[in-house]
Amino acid sequence: MSHYLVLSSLLFTIGAVGVLTRRNAIVVFMCVELMLNATNLAFVSFAKLHGNLDGQIIAFFVMVVAAAEVVVGLAIIMTIFRTRRSSSVDDANLLKY
Amino acid sequence: MSTVILAAENFRAPHLEYGQLAPMLIVFGGAVLGVLVEAVFGRTWRGRVQIPLAFATLGSALVWLAILAANQKPHSVDAEGALGIDGPTLFIQGAILVMAILSLLLVADRQQETFVAEGAALPGSDAEAQSLARGSVQTEIFPLTLFAVAGMLMFPAANDLLTMFVALEVLSLPLYLLCGLARRRRLLSQEAAVKYFLLGAFSSAFFLFGVALVYGYAGSVKLGDIALAVSSGPGAATGVPVEVPSIVLIVGVAMLAVGLLFKMGAVPFHSWKPDVYQGAPTPVTALMASGTLVSAVGATLRVFYVAFENMRWDWRPMMWAVAILTMVVGAVVAITQTDIKRLLAYSSVAHAGFLLTGIVTTSTAGLSAVLFYLAAYGATTIGAFAVVSMVRDTGGEAGHLSRWAGLGRRSPVVAGIFAFFLLAFAGIPLTSGFTGKFAVFTAAVEAGATPLVIVGVLSSAIAAFFYVRVIVVMFFSEPEPDGPSVVIAPATAAAVALGLAATVVLGVLPQPLLDLAGSAAGQLFVR
Repeated sequence: MSHYLVLSSLLFTIGAVGVLTRRNAIVVFMCVELMLNATNLAFVSFAKLHGNLDGQIIAFFVMVVAAAEVVVGLAIIMTIFRTRRSSSVDDANLLKY
Repeated sequence: MSTVILAAENFRAPHLEYGQLAPMLIVFGGAVLGVLVEAVFGRTWRGRVQIPLAFATLGSALVWLAILAANQKPHSVDAEGALGIDGPTLFIQGAILVMAILSLLLVADRQQETFVAEGAALPGSDAEAQSLARGSVQTEIFPLTLFAVAGMLMFPAANDLLTMFVALEVLSLPLYLLCGLARRRRLLSQEAAVKYFLLGAFSSAFFLFGVALVYGYAGSVKLGDIALAVSSGPGAATGVPVEVPSIVLIVGVAMLAVGLLFKMGAVPFHSWKPDVYQGAPTPVTALMASGTLVSAVGATLRVFYVAFENMRWDWRPMMWAVAILTMVVGAVVAITQTDIKRLLAYSSVAHAGFLLTGIVTTSTAGLSAVLFYLAAYGATTIGAFAVVSMVRDTGGEAGHLSRWAGLGRRSPVVAGIFAFFLLAFAGIPLTSGFTGKFAVFTAAVEAGATPLVIVGVLSSAIAAFFYVRVIVVMFFSEPEPDGPSVVIAPATAAAVALGLAATVVLGVLPQPLLDLAGSAAGQLFVR
C-alpha cells in the first residue's frame, strides 16, 4: 500500500522539480502532467485503502480536466512559439519588476 | 471491498434542486448558447447577438439569485452533495454576478480597440493586417467570459473537493485564453497568458495532490465528511476505521491551501499577479481582479470554515504568516512600480492580505466583514480599471505612470474620480475601503489577532504613500505636450459611474449592505 504512495510522491516531486528547473514551456507543461498523473496514482491507492470507489472516479475526472488543460495550454504555447520562434520560458521576459 | 452489482435497479437518477442551482445553470447555458452562436451566425451578426446574449444571461442569473435569496433563504446541500447553497454563498455569487456585469460593460465596449482582431494571426504579419483591415473581432471572448463567470459561481459553492477542483479549472481555463487576446502590445499579452497558464496549472496540481491526501485521510472528499474525520479520526465518515498518520492530513491541508492562495494572489504565491494584470486586456484584468478574487476567497472560506474548522490551531499559524507576508510585501513592492496596472496588481496583493486577516478569525463577525470587504473592493477595482482603460494615447492605453503626469489638469473629472478610487483603496474615511477595513480589523481584534491588525494598519499606511504618489503625479506635475487623452466611451463610463456610486454609497451609508452581509454570514456555511 504505502509503496504506491511513496511512488506517487516521488513522481509528484520529480514533476515539481521539473517545472522549476526546465526551460522549455512544453517540457514544463509535461512535468505538470506528470504531477497530475502522480495524483491519480495516489487517488487510486487511497480508494483501495478505504474500500470505496470515490478515488477511482476522481481519477477519471482528473484525466478529463488534464485533457482540457492540454488543449488550452498547447494553444497558448503554440501561439507564443509562432510569434517568437522560441518556446523557452526564459525568452518571455518583457513583463518584469 | 464491498461488491458492486451493476444492475439497472441500482441506478437512480440524481436529484437536482434546479431552483437553487438556476443561477449557475443559466450562466453555463448562456455560455453554451454563445458557442452555438459562433458556429451558426455570420461574422457581421455575431457581435450583435453575443453582447445582448451575455448581458441577458448574467442579468437573469442575478435576478433569479435575488429572488431566491429574498424568498427562500436556502440553506441546503444540493445536487447530491456536490454544491452547498447557503447565505454566504448566495452573497458571494451575487457579488460575482454584479462584478461580472460591470466587467462585461468594459468587455463589450470598444472591442475594436481592446481585443485582438484574430488571435491566430501573428503580430506584424500580413494575416494580422488583413484581419485588422476587415475589422473583424474575436467574438469568442463572450462565451469564454461566461464560462469563466460560471466557474467563479461554482467555485465557492462547491461542497466537495472534486467539484471545487473542476470549478477551479472551469474558471481558470477561459481566463488563460482571455489574457492572451489583447490588441495592442500582443507580445506582452501572450507572455502573460503563458505565465498565467504554466503557474496556474502548477498550482492546481498542488491543489489536486492536497485533495488526494485529504481523501486518503478522510476516505471522502465531501467537506462535511472531512470535518467528521478531522474530529473523530480517519475513516469516521466511511465507517471503516483505517490507520492513516495525521501528517497526511496536515500536508494535504497545506497543499490545498497553496492552490487556493495562488488564486487569491497571496504572497508567496503572488508572482503571477503583476505580470498577468499588466499583460492582459484591461477588461479581463478587471474581471480577474474582482471576480476571481471574490470567488477564491469564497472557496477558501468554505474549505477552512467547514472542513478544517476543528483543526484551526494547525492551519492558523500558517495563515497568519501568509497574511503578514502578503500585506507587507504587497504594500512595499508597490512603492517601486512605474506601471499603473502593475501598481494596482500589487495593491490587490495587499488587499488579499487584509482579506486573509478576516479569514483567520473563523468567527461570524469576521465572515460578514470579509463578505462586505469583497463587495466593496470588487466594485472599486472595476471602476479603477475602467478609468485605466480610458486614458489612452496613440499606442493604446497609457500604462506608464509618467504618462499620467498632469492628467488632473487636462481632464479633472476623470482624474478626480481615479483619485477617489485610490483613496478608497487606501481606506480613507467616507469611502467603502474604510468601512471594509474597519470591519475586518475590528473582527480580527475581537478574535485575538491584534498583531495581524497592527501589521495591517502599518501596511495600509505604507500603501497610502503610493496611492497618494499617483494623485500627486496626476495633479501636481506639468502635463506632457503629447500626453495621453481621455477617451470616453458610453459603457465604460457607465462602469466607472457605477463603481463610483458603489464606493461612495458603501462609504457613506454602509449599513444596508453590512446588515445584508451580517445576515448572510449569520446563516453560516451549510455542512
